[in-house]
Amino acid sequence: MTAGTLASARIGVVTFPGTLDDRDAARAVRLAGGEPVSLFHADGDLQGVDAVVLPGGFSYGDYLRAGAISRFAPAMDAVVDAARGGMPVLGICNGFQVLTEAHLLPGSMIKNDHLHFVCREQVLAVENASTAWTNRYELGQHITIPLKNQDGQFVADERTLDELEGEGRVAFRYVGTNPNGSRRDIAGITNAAGNVVGLMPHPEHAVEAGFGPEAADGTKTGVDGLGFFTSVLAALVHA
Amino acid sequence: MGRVVVEVMPKPEILDPQGKAVVGALPRLGFTQFSGARQGKRFELEVDGEVTPEVLEAARQAAETLLSNPIIEDVVRVADASEESAGAVA
Repeated sequence: MTAGTLASARIGVVTFPGTLDDRDAARAVRLAGGEPVSLFHADGDLQGVDAVVLPGGFSYGDYLRAGAISRFAPAMDAVVDAARGGMPVLGICNGFQVLTEAHLLPGSMIKNDHLHFVCREQVLAVENASTAWTNRYELGQHITIPLKNQDGQFVADERTLDELEGEGRVAFRYVGTNPNGSRRDIAGITNAAGNVVGLMPHPEHAVEAGFGPEAADGTKTGVDGLGFFTSVLAALVHA
Repeated sequence: MGRVVVEVMPKPEILDPQGKAVVGALPRLGFTQFSGARQGKRFELEVDGEVTPEVLEAARQAAETLLSNPIIEDVVRVADASEESAGAVA
């Protein structure tokens, strides 16, 4: 794979009112070798992008339920259609909440069991390394990326949880500590096709040495999140 | 002007962290009678005219699609607000 084929991939990043991490997500796409494209919630035109990232934040102030109002934005109608057609979509934190509200992923997020906002460097185990967003990781690999949320407790009924486990659709699990009471330590999940992935922690904040979590090479050197963005570029090249 | 009341509660099988915090705070004020609390949401939808059966049906649909998330919540009540005042606590 050459840099030329990677650079040709255009990854949209949707900004909703109250989105916080769109700039970081765009920067992560760029550092991975892709071309970030800014998309606006009120515009139903995805500008021909090859994949979409729904970034974190507090869209619409988390009013009603986290992600509940964003789910009806014109851009989301287009994202839902494209995702059903196989386009890779990654939802991070609030973006994950939007994906569950849009029924692209099962389950939902409620307030952390301890009721506090949590912000920490979180270890995750990669449980599915064959999705569009995780193919550059090894199965079982431990990665450390930031986690910061208020409504991060993943819940679903037992039948849905059993289905997710049975079909290998748990993409990431919390390791060491469960920071928010999520069922079965689930940090992120994928749809059956593997093109739609959502997780609460933030890979886009761990993509550049000097600005990432603590790592073996020293403080702030962690770049474990970069694999999400190199994965989707690889998936698009091979698509 | 008419008003429709919609009430939404977390599903019984879903742990309600906010309700848990509320019931934990009650004994600190001397309210030791209460062993549990669950916190839900009440919406008041206003219409310019009267609350017709069609308005109630639209409110029911809004309750199922936007006002609640059926994975974690139940719509427990959709009603004409004018019919509830008789039972209201002063």
